[in-house]
Amino acid sequence: MLEVSNLECVRGDRRLFAGMNFSVQPGELLHVHGPNGSGKTSLLRMLCGLAAPAEGEIRWNGESIRGLREDYFKEMTYFGHLAGIKEELTALENLRVAVQLAGGDSAEDSLLDALGRMGLAGREDLPAKVLSQGQKRRVALARLLLCPTRLWILDEPFTALDVAAVKVVQQLLSEHLHNGGMVVLTTHQEVDIPAGTVRRIHLN
Amino acid sequence: MNRVESVDSSLWSGFRCIVARDLTLAMRRRADVLTTLFFFVIVVSLFPLGVGPEMATLRMMAPGVVWVAALLASMLSLERMFSADYRDGTLEQMLLTPQPLPVLVLGKVFAHWLVSGLPLVLIAPLLGVQYDLPPEGLLILAVSLLIGTPVLSLIGAIGAGLTLGVRGGGVLVSLLVLPLYIPVLIFGAGGVDAVMSGLGAQAHLSLLGAFLLGALILAPWAAGAALRISME
Repeated sequence: MLEVSNLECVRGDRRLFAGMNFSVQPGELLHVHGPNGSGKTSLLRMLCGLAAPAEGEIRWNGESIRGLREDYFKEMTYFGHLAGIKEELTALENLRVAVQLAGGDSAEDSLLDALGRMGLAGREDLPAKVLSQGQKRRVALARLLLCPTRLWILDEPFTALDVAAVKVVQQLLSEHLHNGGMVVLTTHQEVDIPAGTVRRIHLN
Repeated sequence: MNRVESVDSSLWSGFRCIVARDLTLAMRRRADVLTTLFFFVIVVSLFPLGVGPEMATLRMMAPGVVWVAALLASMLSLERMFSADYRDGTLEQMLLTPQPLPVLVLGKVFAHWLVSGLPLVLIAPLLGVQYDLPPEGLLILAVSLLIGTPVLSLIGAIGAGLTLGVRGGGVLVSLLVLPLYIPVLIFGAGGVDAVMSGLGAQAHLSLLGAFLLGALILAPWAAGAALRISME
């Protein structure tokens, strides 16, 4: 379970938000809303441990994530604005490196299956630089299929994806929630998640 | 026992994965690798042309010139160590993996040394011939570079981590890192001098070895901490 207490975020000399409290339970999706510049990405970067909060604490199963570090990273997958794709490597190589580092299932068949499910069958061996923006994001999202983490923190996962890919990702999200996973995401699109509870936070 | 083994193997796998990835990337971006090597070759070769063919002078200045050129060449390639990973977001993902960060940093430094340091070591004896170095001088030159250049990469990683994403980072990293290179330069070049004046280079090489051990232990932690600070 992810708990946040009294969280404050300061960017430059502007305070984006303060006194934020919430928790995410297994099977729950937290949808962070807000206009551009309201601190959505800052919040997500704090939740995954990349940035330190100005004040307050983030706890995973009751322990501060700053202390847990690698133990927390074992259970968390972050998907940010930058897809984390190397242009010179092929789709398959990119996915293999990402999954190996995250400690997931990096068997050749599983990698190919995951790419296939993301609609990249036949493009596994193309260097990422010839893939379109949306296809690169699909390669990056294929990670979610292979890393058995419980908490997904997704920053605008639907950007640059076409309708079919959005559908696949939504399906992934509902499967994950159904299996007791947790999701925190920001998106300007409507999320259509039937299973599990969707909670909303509005930043302004 | 089993648990210890599995931790060991996962440490090793993270290291191997990063090294393999970075070597593949280097093979597909050969220009970057060759720039460093050509820079080294050209700087070292310019001196005999500029100074003139006086054998005694050349022999005397050879260790210093080769070592300074190696320092500058290593400097030149430092900025590339983390900046591409930083720009495309793979560094962000590296910081969030369950692998211990110092091990991953060590993997990156090792791969960086293999493509930017090791070629210098291999070609240095050939370049030393231009300076009329005796065979034992050439040997010690290569050995001192073999022990010394990994120290340069390790110390450089700290500087590269700290200046990540900073405007004009290339200049800043030189200012930060070059002073720290001085001991390596003194004992590296000193070793070659010593063996040519008949004193034996053991003391110098031992000290270089000590620097290497110290840097191996400390630099990955320091560079990892620097990366975390730069990402905030």
